[in-house]
Amino acid sequence: MKNRELVIVGGGPAGMAAALAARAAGVEDVLLLERDQHLGGILNQCIHPGFGLHHFKEELTGPEYADRFVRLVKEDHKIEVSLRSFAVKLTTDREISFLRPGALEEVKARAVILATGCRERTREMIPIPGSRPAGIYPAGLAQKMVNMEGWIPGKEAVIVGSGDIGLIMARRMALEGVSVKAVVEIQKTSRGLVRNVGQCLEDFGIPLYFQHRISAIHGSGRVEKVDVVRVDDECKDIPGSGFEITCDTVLVSVGLIPENELLEMAGAELDRRTNTPVAEGVNLTSLPGVFACGNACKVYDLADSVTRDSELAGKMAAQYLLGGRAA
Amino acid sequence: MGYDVIIVGAGITGAAIARELSRYKLRTLVLEKEAEPAFGVSKSNSGIIHAGTQNPPTSLKGWLCVEGNRLMREEIASDLGLNFVQCGQLIVVFGPSDIPELEKIKAEGEQLGVKGLEIVDRAWLDKNEPNLGPEVKAALYVPSTGLISPYRFVYALIENAVKNGAELKTSRKVVAVRAGEQGGFEVVAGGEVFRSRFLVNAAGLYADDISALAGAPTFKIIPRKGEEYLLDKAREHIANHVIFPLPSGSSKGILIIKTSDGNPMIGPTAHDVQDKADLSTTEEGLREVLAGARRMIPSISKSDIIAYFCGLRPVSGKDFIIRHEDSCPGLVNVAGIQSPGLTSAPAIAVMVCDILKKHGLELEPKEEFHRLRPRPVHLFQVPPEETRRLIEKNPAYGDIVCRCELVSAQEVRDSIKRGARTLDGVKFRTRAQAGRCHGGFCTTRIMKIMQEELGVPATALTKRGPGSELIKEERK
Ligand SMILES: Cc1cc2nc3c(=O)[nH]c(=O)nc-3n(C[C@H](O)[C@H](O)[C@H](O)COP(=O)(O)OP(=O)(O)OC[C@H]3O[C@@H](n4cnc5c(N)ncnc54)[C@H](O)[C@@H]3O)c2cc1C
Repeated sequence: MKNRELVIVGGGPAGMAAALAARAAGVEDVLLLERDQHLGGILNQCIHPGFGLHHFKEELTGPEYADRFVRLVKEDHKIEVSLRSFAVKLTTDREISFLRPGALEEVKARAVILATGCRERTREMIPIPGSRPAGIYPAGLAQKMVNMEGWIPGKEAVIVGSGDIGLIMARRMALEGVSVKAVVEIQKTSRGLVRNVGQCLEDFGIPLYFQHRISAIHGSGRVEKVDVVRVDDECKDIPGSGFEITCDTVLVSVGLIPENELLEMAGAELDRRTNTPVAEGVNLTSLPGVFACGNACKVYDLADSVTRDSELAGKMAAQYLLGGRAA
Repeated sequence: MGYDVIIVGAGITGAAIARELSRYKLRTLVLEKEAEPAFGVSKSNSGIIHAGTQNPPTSLKGWLCVEGNRLMREEIASDLGLNFVQCGQLIVVFGPSDIPELEKIKAEGEQLGVKGLEIVDRAWLDKNEPNLGPEVKAALYVPSTGLISPYRFVYALIENAVKNGAELKTSRKVVAVRAGEQGGFEVVAGGEVFRSRFLVNAAGLYADDISALAGAPTFKIIPRKGEEYLLDKAREHIANHVIFPLPSGSSKGILIIKTSDGNPMIGPTAHDVQDKADLSTTEEGLREVLAGARRMIPSISKSDIIAYFCGLRPVSGKDFIIRHEDSCPGLVNVAGIQSPGLTSAPAIAVMVCDILKKHGLELEPKEEFHRLRPRPVHLFQVPPEETRRLIEKNPAYGDIVCRCELVSAQEVRDSIKRGARTLDGVKFRTRAQAGRCHGGFCTTRIMKIMQEELGVPATALTKRGPGSELIKEERK
């Protein structure tokens, strides 16, 4: 088993910022593991503008924002980037196993930063009753289909939940000529950024139903329609308020959950409801020498804030490794 | 004449019969209306290999269940490379007044030949099933109960039948059955006519229609709906056994089911419905299942649920219908295969061969019958050393597609080579998309592998066959 100073799991904005900051603070050996074929994480599919306003004081798209960090990471030869590398195991004493095409590798790290991001909450977690036809996608998956593959999921869509990904996908689908019939939100207000409600829905005439929920999905092969019902302040259905919307696609945007299965495996304490690490402060976990940053630590609204806090995580790891010697 | 036997339906029943017949020098054809086998009742059930208890001692299904369970333990699991987990079962009671009921189930099970039954007290339960709630007072322990992946059981049987010469044709819905000119049957499916001497009807929910098409409208199938809810893998160790309450009139009750893949499951409900296509889950169903499961293990919560589905038991009266229809010579009905149909299938298959033989089918064993099927690789089942060896031999085992369930690109490719044609077919064979993210991360990657392997555009890919296309348009 090889010994490494700092191993970072996840090559999105969080992992990259942490790697660069750790190096700046004097860490001489960083291994950055990324599951995908390229660095950048979720930013690669966020082709809309709105990134970098704080960090770079200019407006960039997701891939442009990611690219600035990718270049710096690649220039630094003391950051070893291992792509298509999937961490399968983490132990309390920081042994990491990862799979990559051709090898199962094991390393022992003096410090670990988990920057594994998050996954989307699904239809099954709400849960929405009804049938299970084709055409029901987490909004982020639909975003990947449209932006990365050029695959248009359907012709008429309803969006469940007004999270930012849902709002952005409403606009994206409308721009591709899909009829976006409604965004249905059970709360009284949007979960997304105010600017997104205006820019993504109002400007495109997409109706947003607050205090409504989808009570069933219908369809055998493909989605055919959804039932919508109005709810009161206790989220109870209001009798007689139900109506139907015909559509062939349902996109679900009901929040994100940190991906902390490795942390859990290592025995760290997690909040069972939010799946975030239980710890004394930002970027910390209940295990010494194991840090978490970015969306794995808590769900952020803005990539800029992820960068800011993850740079701090890099510094904290350096401090842990070098003590007083950290720059 | 074309075939000796045509089997309608590639569920567990049809697949088991096809494999049993493939031991003999016969021409056998399986016709399936769906795009792949195991897309009917056999995909959505509890996956329990029942011991045979909770059936009347005089019933056909009780007897076939005990024999099916034995065949699974002693032959089939090892021959077909199946991951059969013999975890045992507990039937729990909530008060001392229910113990006589347990004694009765025990006595009836013993009459059927179920072995090792034992009534256990609270102290035993505290030691062996520590998460049980305080209401539980005692239980009947049934050691021979186990778990299987129901669809992988079907795929194993059908693959092995095909290996031994049986033919399988999917997307062939039987729409007419006529008497052949020189006897036998002419079966119309997918615009083609197939001829055979014998017709075995294993059409699940639609067995009444097939029997009527053949001229024997002798029974009706009433679907009995069952909703089931899968829990996150993090709850894998919530129970060590399959846990049952006392059975009700129409079902075995709401259970807590370990599954052979790790995710525990709770359910199923049991309500008669009209519509054979109604696979919807309901809010009432969820409430009923949660309440039933929590009475036995109170720590189960709604937020543990990561997936749910609904299955319809093909019910016709209280027992299976397995018989030659004398009014329609050559037709063997295998109908009303409700629970424990999954368990009973291998025994049903032997029984059907006997019936066919009695009615004139010669069963001459083949010189060479390939009894064994290599176990497909599932990274989530193998220890790290084996994983390392696999990856060193074939790098694509190290290319992880599904992060929740640890499925590699090679496993996805293998599943397509073994017959998967749809996204659900890949999921059932490999578990890719079956985890907590529901394909959020891996769907596009799997679709791209399917495009490569099948040589079709993305717009032609479906979730489970024509009509369930995944995307509407491709723009580049
Ligand atoms: C909720 C639930 C839980 C259950 N749990 C268990 C359990 O734990 N253990 C157990 O032993 N059993 C269990 N069962 C019972 C078990 O699932 C069934 O007994 C078994 O799957 C029936 O298999 P089958 O092959 O007869 O039917 P199916 O799997 O439905 O196969 C019939 C096939 O025929 C095809 N078909 C129909 N019409 C035509 C046509 N016209 N032309 C061509 N093909 C046609 C269908 O598409 C289908 O593939 C459960 C059932 C349910 C619903």
